[in-house]
Amino acid sequence: MKKDLTCITCPMGCTLEVTYDKKHVISVTGNQCKRGETYAENEIFHPMRTVTTTVRISGADVPLLSVKTEKTVPKKLCSRVVKLASAVSVKAPVSAGDIVIKNLLDTGVNLVATRSLNRSS
Amino acid sequence: MGELTRHVDALIIGAGPAGLSAALSLKKSGVEDILIVEREDAPGGILLQCIHNGFGLNAFKEELTGPEYAERYVKVVRENNIETLLNTAAVDIVTLQDKKTVILLSKKKGLVKVTAKAIILAMGCRERNRGNIAIPGSRPAGIMTAGFAQKMTNLHGYLPGKNIVVVGSGDIGLIMARRLTWEGCRVKAVVEILPYPGGLNRNIVQCLNDFGIPLYLSHAITKITGARRIKSVQVAPIDKNLEPKKEGAFTLTCDTLLLSVGLIPENELSIRAGVMLDPVTGGAVVDAELMTSIPGIFSCGNVLHVHDLADFVSEEADYCGKAAGEYIQRGPAKKKEIPVKTGHLVRYVLPSRVEAGKKALISLRAIAPAKNINMVVRTDKEIILKKKHRIISPSTMLRVPIEEVPRDAQYLEVSFIPEEK
Repeated sequence: MKKDLTCITCPMGCTLEVTYDKKHVISVTGNQCKRGETYAENEIFHPMRTVTTTVRISGADVPLLSVKTEKTVPKKLCSRVVKLASAVSVKAPVSAGDIVIKNLLDTGVNLVATRSLNRSS
Repeated sequence: MGELTRHVDALIIGAGPAGLSAALSLKKSGVEDILIVEREDAPGGILLQCIHNGFGLNAFKEELTGPEYAERYVKVVRENNIETLLNTAAVDIVTLQDKKTVILLSKKKGLVKVTAKAIILAMGCRERNRGNIAIPGSRPAGIMTAGFAQKMTNLHGYLPGKNIVVVGSGDIGLIMARRLTWEGCRVKAVVEILPYPGGLNRNIVQCLNDFGIPLYLSHAITKITGARRIKSVQVAPIDKNLEPKKEGAFTLTCDTLLLSVGLIPENELSIRAGVMLDPVTGGAVVDAELMTSIPGIFSCGNVLHVHDLADFVSEEADYCGKAAGEYIQRGPAKKKEIPVKTGHLVRYVLPSRVEAGKKALISLRAIAPAKNINMVVRTDKEIILKKKHRIISPSTMLRVPIEEVPRDAQYLEVSFIPEEK
């Protein structure tokens, strides 16, 4: 089977021509770096995405803390991750990288803060 | 009046990616007395509301979100004890007793005059609005720029509406289509007047295709309906002259219309200072040092020309800071400059002059999309560089490094030439 994909790993957005069978990617062309191959393999059989969203924060100068999944998670779980995050509230201070939710939906991936926020002065 | 006056070596206006990077580069080049002014209550600029990932792949070789990218710079600026005045607006740039003076206004300190040996303009850009694209119809609530919706959603925690139509396919609109879908809104369509999308391909995939959001290319919004709140928009395909066709027109009900129709460098302050602007980029005309028509006033980042990537803004600002550092320490450089011209299919080149015998980095955009085309840089005498591009598009800024600008050249010209078969 053949499929054209746009690689989303970086802003280059290479057009990949992927040849694959039921279980494996056989060949990838059009990619300008190695990451294109990994992307094609994942995208065909189990697409993965990074989720970025916000959680509530109290005690800081701003009401929201931006967060992300530390690694990519299965694409079909993205909206559930956002929903989980919207029910969470944390307390300032927070440093970028701090874990906000551990092991999201048993993926082994943590939701982490992407901004450092001090207590409001 | 009780106005205070301060003197600094370098004053930077704006603490976004451009201002922060320029400050660090000034410091590295040996300038100690640096002041950054920022009108918001935190440094980082627009990056703080860009909570999505995709930043830093060039600058840090890893993928970061906007706030993480900003924090890398803010941290080093703090470590270097570079002073940043927050909640402070630069309201005017004037010459007082032969000195470049910036008038600052803040709640805390009132009016403050700051004279500087060099000023770096790093104010960024703002979004084009409904008035810029002239959509007919009534003027109900619920129509706003995509960036404003992004600020509401990501910084303040308010969703702009429930049923959304996005007009324009710029990156901010695409990113917001995904963001709002994840938050439970229904994004009905993205409508783009041009035959090609304005944003990056990766964003078409991960922000629209992932959710089955239709992208209507060569379509325009021909009518907005709604009394208090927007109720629907009419969408029509357009012909070659950008005139809407009756056939194929349809209505989309919605309560929110987001505009993602381009960015404009924010140069009101530069105009007040008397800086000469380029009508194509909307930014200052600059020389090889990114110095404007006024000696000692430099410009970099999105206020100079709109970039696609924050990483390129930081890189340009780093170069600008270094050049401003040279200017502060050694005065105006005596150098031979060679003009850079736009050739076939090139909308603009920047800077407009480069220095003979030196390395140069020229940024440019194409006028129209094309495939398998050669970017050619030539002087009046010879071709000095030729690079094949599989695809070019006005939405992608290209940058071409020149190893050494020929000393005997009358000019450089950048053009796109279709490949000869």
